[in-house]
Amino acid sequence: MSTLLEVSGVSVSFDGFRAINNLSFRIGAAEMRAVIGPNGAGKTTFMDIVTGKTRPDEGRVLWAEKSQSLLKMSEARIAQAGIGRKFQKPTVFEDQTVEENLLLALKKPRGWVAVLSYRPSSADFGRVKELADEIGLGDALPRKSGELSHGQKQWLEIGMLLAQEPRLLLVDEPAAGMTPAEREQTTAILVEAAKTRAVVVVEHDMEFVRRLNCKVTVLHEGSVLAEGSLDHVTSNKDVIDVYLGR
Amino acid sequence: MQRSFITRNPSVLIFLALLALFTLVVTVLAEGFGVGVISTSFVKTLGKTLCLCLAAVAMDLIWGFTGILSLGHFAFFGLGGYMIGMWLMYERTRLIVVESLSQAEIPPTATEVVDAIGNQIFGVVGASEFPLVWAFADSLFLQLLLVVLVPGLLALVFGWLAFRSRVTGVYLSILTQAMTLALALYLFQNDSGLRGNNGLSGLQNLPGVTAPQSTVSLWFFWGSALALGLGYLLAAWLVSGKFGSVMRGIRDNEARVRFLGYSVELYKLVVFTLTAVIAGIAGALYYPQAGIINPAEIAPIASIYLAVWVAIGGRGRLYGAVIGAAIVSLLSTWFTGGQAPDIPLGFYTIKWVDWWLVLLGLSFVAVTLFTSKGMGGLVDLWTQRRTPNRHGADLGPDAGSLREQEAET
Repeated sequence: MSTLLEVSGVSVSFDGFRAINNLSFRIGAAEMRAVIGPNGAGKTTFMDIVTGKTRPDEGRVLWAEKSQSLLKMSEARIAQAGIGRKFQKPTVFEDQTVEENLLLALKKPRGWVAVLSYRPSSADFGRVKELADEIGLGDALPRKSGELSHGQKQWLEIGMLLAQEPRLLLVDEPAAGMTPAEREQTTAILVEAAKTRAVVVVEHDMEFVRRLNCKVTVLHEGSVLAEGSLDHVTSNKDVIDVYLGR
Repeated sequence: MQRSFITRNPSVLIFLALLALFTLVVTVLAEGFGVGVISTSFVKTLGKTLCLCLAAVAMDLIWGFTGILSLGHFAFFGLGGYMIGMWLMYERTRLIVVESLSQAEIPPTATEVVDAIGNQIFGVVGASEFPLVWAFADSLFLQLLLVVLVPGLLALVFGWLAFRSRVTGVYLSILTQAMTLALALYLFQNDSGLRGNNGLSGLQNLPGVTAPQSTVSLWFFWGSALALGLGYLLAAWLVSGKFGSVMRGIRDNEARVRFLGYSVELYKLVVFTLTAVIAGIAGALYYPQAGIINPAEIAPIASIYLAVWVAIGGRGRLYGAVIGAAIVSLLSTWFTGGQAPDIPLGFYTIKWVDWWLVLLGLSFVAVTLFTSKGMGGLVDLWTQRRTPNRHGADLGPDAGSLREQEAET
């Protein structure tokens, strides 16, 4: 399988604290990966580095077939290259309708001149409706997204990610604050998405990770502790010591 | 889903209709038209108010919609005024100089005329040479171009430096204050080439126009109304489409917009520059009605007033900005002009000239405390528009996906 993202030997410190320490990570073009680890293991910092929010002190981050370095690119350029990110807390534009939120995310030219002259075509509205149905918000299009429930906001944000048509999806704790039924639906959406693209899920909840049924990477103190199937890593002694044993 | 711009924004049509009606009524009642219920000076006040409303619309775009509290937009307003003022002053002085020199035996040369104009304009600051900034002052067309270009370029350079370094929030507000203060201090110097603290004067006299002020005031009133109408239309169009969606996104969550792939810095720069240009045009229409411009006009406090108008009127909605600017600036004229009756309390008499600022300050605090939507929010009571009051508070995994109201009960 071809590699979509390759992170190698990356380190970053904040005021002397090594948040990421010689981390290496790679993911294929259509693969689901769960990243677990205790608090402070560097999960969020890892996402920050890939999306360009944080610049590492050393190491390489290479993207796609041309092995393009992401380190020199701005957040917006990285997003345009095909990396979508979902935050831990649902961050949708509360003052705007579900439809406006999805239209904003829809894969279209991002330049200001193009945006200024943009008028959504009926095909765009069709795509928005399709996405809304997929995330269970088909009837909520004209509603302000601030009115939605917590779980619905999470889905809307996932829907916005899908609308971007990214090649790599970084998802931070998608199931936080969801009911069991909502979790199941979220799992289904993510598994479906991973058929055509790479999905990295950061999650605390072991049950949720088990349902994703994918390869797991365990982070500890800023580097990879173990990698493999969930059963494989949970039987690893180091992992039990630092994470599961507590 | 595809509806026309007007059906999606009925408030635009209502606003334009009210503006047209207002213009018509003032015109008919004005001295220049013959009825004379409204004095020429009051027509000028109303015309100036329309210009301030246009500046407030620009302020609303940058602050209310994009979330950038710029406290320097009056610098652009003033620069627009200076640019048109230079031509007005040059041309009027030239006509006077040519007139007086034509009495002489020998016809004056072109150099003599220019020197005489320079003497007239700069005598007050002890100079007679034309500084470089006056290079285009003899051309109305070029100076009109500069009305747009000078504020636009300043905003472009300033914005590029500030936004590129990701300066946001209160730090950006302070920077913009520093910008307008620096510009005012520079212009106060006699050798800045714009007559120091004397400023440019006599701007109400249009060169080569013999019509009385009562008529000229109406021309400017109409011009200001037209500019406000067009500016409002442009602003409404801007915020109604996807561009407006990006603007509001930047206001509410900058990082999210960035991760959607929009270059936030570029968008901010575009809005900042565009609003600076609108402010410049408003200023170019304002100062010929005021008759004089000097550096005190772009003191930091002026830009703060602009923010106060928009806050009181209701930011994030265009008519709110217009209502705020119109009501507060007209009230300010009324109170500080000595027209408001004093209130004798027996032991102390409240003179509004002194106490108006206190009243304005108190109402600003009241608006901030009690209604975040300002006076424009009153319209919501009528149209029953409601905004969701659920700011994504995390209920945590334990509470499941309960809605906030459910969780509270």
